Amino acid sequence: MNMLTLGHYLLVSGLLFAVGLAGVLLRRNLLIIFMGLELMLNAANLSLVAFARHGVTTLGLPDYNAQVLVFFIITVAAAEVAVGLAIIVALYRLRQTTHVEDLDKMKF
Amino acid sequence: MLTFLFWVLSAVMLASAVCVVAFRNPVNSAMSLVVSFLALAALFVTLDAYFIGIIQVLVYAGAVMVLFLFIIMLLDLKAEARRRLNLAALAGGLAVLGGFVVLLVQVIKTLPAAQQTFPALARTGYSDVADVGMTLFSGYNLPFQVIGVLLLVATVGVVILSRRSLR
Repeated sequence: MNMLTLGHYLLVSGLLFAVGLAGVLLRRNLLIIFMGLELMLNAANLSLVAFARHGVTTLGLPDYNAQVLVFFIITVAAAEVAVGLAIIVALYRLRQTTHVEDLDKMKF
Repeated sequence: MLTFLFWVLSAVMLASAVCVVAFRNPVNSAMSLVVSFLALAALFVTLDAYFIGIIQVLVYAGAVMVLFLFIIMLLDLKAEARRRLNLAALAGGLAVLGGFVVLLVQVIKTLPAAQQTFPALARTGYSDVADVGMTLFSGYNLPFQVIGVLLLVATVGVVILSRRSLR
């Protein structure tokens, strides 16, 4: 009745990763690049949860080790967003831009 | 029913992710990102990961997106002006993307586990918060405390970084 396979979820996860990668590679606005990074992290989370549901333990429950790893990824991603956005704000105060092509000097 | 939900949610998630990349105004991108995160949380629930789905809504669709919108308003970003495209960089990026998608399809085609359906669970519709909590606090106690320290360090770091002068 339920004909979804692991491959379906892995394909969607991979496509989400590809869209995030497109954001990082093709956009030049720092904030959009940052959103692309978030999309890629979420794609990794989706494949982890799909594998957790696929690798059912002997008790007949999902593999909660993978879900704990997702929990840690979400926590680290939240910390990373906070620090990254603070760096973007500090950079904007110095240069009044978030366009990566205007940020071509290592030292201001 | 689950199959239908999977396709609808995947379509919404991928379409709004494409909108994040395609919109020129950062506020529109951030709003599309919220939709994408919410659809992803619903996809987690279709995989019987209720706790992760709720965490996704609270942390990503809640905290992270508020932070993004706050920064966009703080920086007062307008829709970026059209600039001359760097064609070499564009072609390179599209080539990397095409290669990645081809590789992805090949791997999923040849992976035997990818053709298997999901096995039935011993119980369904059951809150898994207790199970995740048991795994977290029994098997991953040290990483859990390390991540607490990481959050503290990140908080202090953000306060230092946001000061007027970094001297």
